[in-house]
Amino acid sequence: MAKSQVAMKINGKTVEALVEPRTLLIYFLRDQLGITGPHIGCDTSHCGACTVDLDGKSVKSCTVFAVQADGADIITIEGIANPDGTLHALQEGFRQMHGLQCGFCTPGMITRAYRLLQENKNPTEEEIRYGISGNLCRCTGYQNIVKAIQYAAAKLNGVTFQEAAE
Amino acid sequence: MIPGSFNYHRPKSVQEAVGLLAKLGDDGRLLAGGHSLIPTMKLRLATPANLIDLGGIADLKGIRADGNDIVVGAMTTQHDLIASDLLASKIPILRETSAQIADPQVRYVGTLGGNVANGDPANDMPALMMCLNATFHASGKSGERKIAARGFYQGLYATALQSGEVLTAIRIPVPAAGHGYAYEKLKRKIGDFATAAAAVVLTMKGGKVNSCAIALTNVADKPLLAEEATKILIGSALDAATVKRAVAAAEAITSPAEDPRGPAQYRTKMAGVMLTRALARAKSLAKG
Repeated sequence: MAKSQVAMKINGKTVEALVEPRTLLIYFLRDQLGITGPHIGCDTSHCGACTVDLDGKSVKSCTVFAVQADGADIITIEGIANPDGTLHALQEGFRQMHGLQCGFCTPGMITRAYRLLQENKNPTEEEIRYGISGNLCRCTGYQNIVKAIQYAAAKLNGVTFQEAAE
Repeated sequence: MIPGSFNYHRPKSVQEAVGLLAKLGDDGRLLAGGHSLIPTMKLRLATPANLIDLGGIADLKGIRADGNDIVVGAMTTQHDLIASDLLASKIPILRETSAQIADPQVRYVGTLGGNVANGDPANDMPALMMCLNATFHASGKSGERKIAARGFYQGLYATALQSGEVLTAIRIPVPAAGHGYAYEKLKRKIGDFATAAAAVVLTMKGGKVNSCAIALTNVADKPLLAEEATKILIGSALDAATVKRAVAAAEAITSPAEDPRGPAQYRTKMAGVMLTRALARAKSLAKG
């Protein structure tokens, strides 16, 4: 089968490549480009570990063909940190609030939460839980992931994060 | 998991897509949001030689009012449906149902057209479209035609859509102002298909049901319109005894398969529970 020429912006850099139409975006990113932040968890569009931001939408890159992303603007976990190299508020939040244990789901969680906070600057706990319902974590029980996202939202809004009383 | 090889086509217009379908025949398969088809291809249960991606056709996207109808382009995503203020004010059950489909990532790409055209009885939108008495617009090489949602579903993955046709838009009559509605869905977890679900749209007048439509999801090989149940309810005040009779009539038309969501009898009963809840909520929202 003929390969297709694709061009897309990934983390601010333009990438041009030849891909087989059947190549899924996650394999294109990981195997062809060496962008291994997005993980392959279930490979069946359930777990969300492969989540990337594509033209302002959170998508599971195991269920999108790379050819469909021709012309797209993509952000992966590698492109989340601030331009000066300091941690993004979400990355800082995950560290401060212990939002990860094994870390496997974290790139997908942060990339998804990044879009959630773009759309809703001050989400309630319920909105956060609903917003990350396409991302599975098998370690944390989600409690600290929710806190990490609340921490980031507070920081981005210029206020100090106050943990709710237990 | 890696799908089989295929040639990729990205037409810019419906006309071009119809032309490709005519040329490729059974070797061509339409790709909408892809969240049913791509997983099927990864399992090699589908191995199309050609994929025709509808994602590049701008005309297939968007939500607009047209007289007393709302017309939704087939490639409009669930996310777009949820974000639409027009739908929120005119057909709020559409937003409510979209929000119960899959998860956020899937809703960013999953489309209304794909959901209704696939013919999967587990999808939520087919029953809702029957409940709302929607009409599907299809384009083929012999032109355009309109197909009523209530006559569209024939069985498992079998619909009135003919090979060579592209479903382009969904036309939905706006329910009367002050209508009550509810989509009640039982699922094991976020992202799961319904064990059973019920859609209700009704209007009340002087405390009695003036009009009503009921449809059920995933309790047969196709979505079901519960006409007998509707007849029982019209003219009633939705008192407990009448609701019980209507629910029994709705349960009687189900024929679910036993699957990991439960035995057939359980799923029939859950359809009844979902309908009971949907009727109660629709009643509480209805004015009149």
